[in-house]
Amino acid sequence: MTGARRLPSVARAILAGDRRALARTITAIENGDPLAVPVLKALYPRTRRVPVVGFTGPLGVGKSSLINLLVARLRERGRTVAVIAVDPSSPFTGGSVLGDRIRFERRANDTGVFFRSMASRGASGGVAAATLETSRVLDSAGFDVIFIETVGSGQVDVAIREIATTRVVVLVPHLGDEVQTLKAGLFEIADVFCVNKVDLPGAETAKKDLAELVSLAPAGGGWAPTIVGTSTTVPSGIEELWTAVEAHESFLDSSGTRSAGERHRLAAEIVGLVRDRIGRDLTDRLEKDPALRRLLDQVVARSLDPRTAADRLRAGARRAR
Amino acid sequence: MTKGEHAPKATPIRVLIAKPGLDGHDRGAKVVARALRDAGMEVIYAGLRQTPDEIVRASLEEDVDLIGLSILSGAHMALIPRVLTLLKKHKVHIPVFAGGIIPDEDARRLRAAGVRAIFGPGASLEEIVSTAQKLARSAA
Repeated sequence: MTGARRLPSVARAILAGDRRALARTITAIENGDPLAVPVLKALYPRTRRVPVVGFTGPLGVGKSSLINLLVARLRERGRTVAVIAVDPSSPFTGGSVLGDRIRFERRANDTGVFFRSMASRGASGGVAAATLETSRVLDSAGFDVIFIETVGSGQVDVAIREIATTRVVVLVPHLGDEVQTLKAGLFEIADVFCVNKVDLPGAETAKKDLAELVSLAPAGGGWAPTIVGTSTTVPSGIEELWTAVEAHESFLDSSGTRSAGERHRLAAEIVGLVRDRIGRDLTDRLEKDPALRRLLDQVVARSLDPRTAADRLRAGARRAR
Repeated sequence: MTKGEHAPKATPIRVLIAKPGLDGHDRGAKVVARALRDAGMEVIYAGLRQTPDEIVRASLEEDVDLIGLSILSGAHMALIPRVLTLLKKHKVHIPVFAGGIIPDEDARRLRAAGVRAIFGPGASLEEIVSTAQKLARSAA
């Protein structure tokens, strides 16, 4: 790697606290702009493994408001925070209204906070393709804590699992009976369950159902998800929520699972990058390379099935290398 | 921005929609936000009661291509030029357009100060969208 000694000037600017350089680099990551690549490569060794706290859960449960209150609390203690707030892109027009900023108390002159709205741009799973690399750039830029707010998510939007070190699943009373908590997906990824709007009736039942779910979970992972009740209007429980997040972060260190988790996430990332690259190359070649076009023609004409075509394509790709 | 071999076909225009000052009427801003969204833009909706400092800060963090200010309170001659001054101070060239109840004489002065387009009551969404597209592309 040639960038090891001489950092690109943009990377240097980001490390020096230049917020505009940071913002533009995030845009370049989002746009798949190759200009972002040398910056990402140069910054990776500078990442410090700061806590990346993911907030996920259905829409309207109060994720943005909770993050806003937590940021205020952390700022009082002098800790710097960056927030990535993901909202959905329209599958029809690609457009998006990113509205999480309105819940965010304005701190015009506070350079210890950075807030970035991000459209999902067709990615499924509750985050954008650029979220992971953006969180890493924010880490290298020196923020002490990174918060990621996912798209108001459904039961299977668990992509935050591959990015966050602590996952907070935010719920509200009356989302359903206890059978809902038995279902796979969202309930399986929580390190902390946050029952928000505890001032509403039904909060105790919701917490009890979650407690039962947690007690039934197979021991062995070593961490039993914490359950915290919060309200953002009163507000209450915010301190407890942060204590629960910190407890999980310390558990990651004391149990040695931080590095194991990171290893797992990095493996997934590398595989994902290779898959994307190969996928793009092959899609390209299926249309352009005459031999591969014939293969596609055969599948269209039903003289070859997709699985056999895939086998041949894979064999061909290996030979070409 | 340079497009690489793997860059996606089109990168969406990012636009900040904000209401500066003490003005609680955000219906118009929301309708415009929705229209820009339907035109394929990523609209950062910053909402009500923003100070010029907050608007400029948000524009920089969100790295927007365009800023739209909606103002019905009558304070446009105080607040909009302040946004322009702050943008200049930060040495960024993000086009600004405005909408609201802005008398012709004020509109002339705001244009002279650097506001790229001004929409009054009765402006069509089509006109706002196509102007926004033109402004954003001209800035890129």
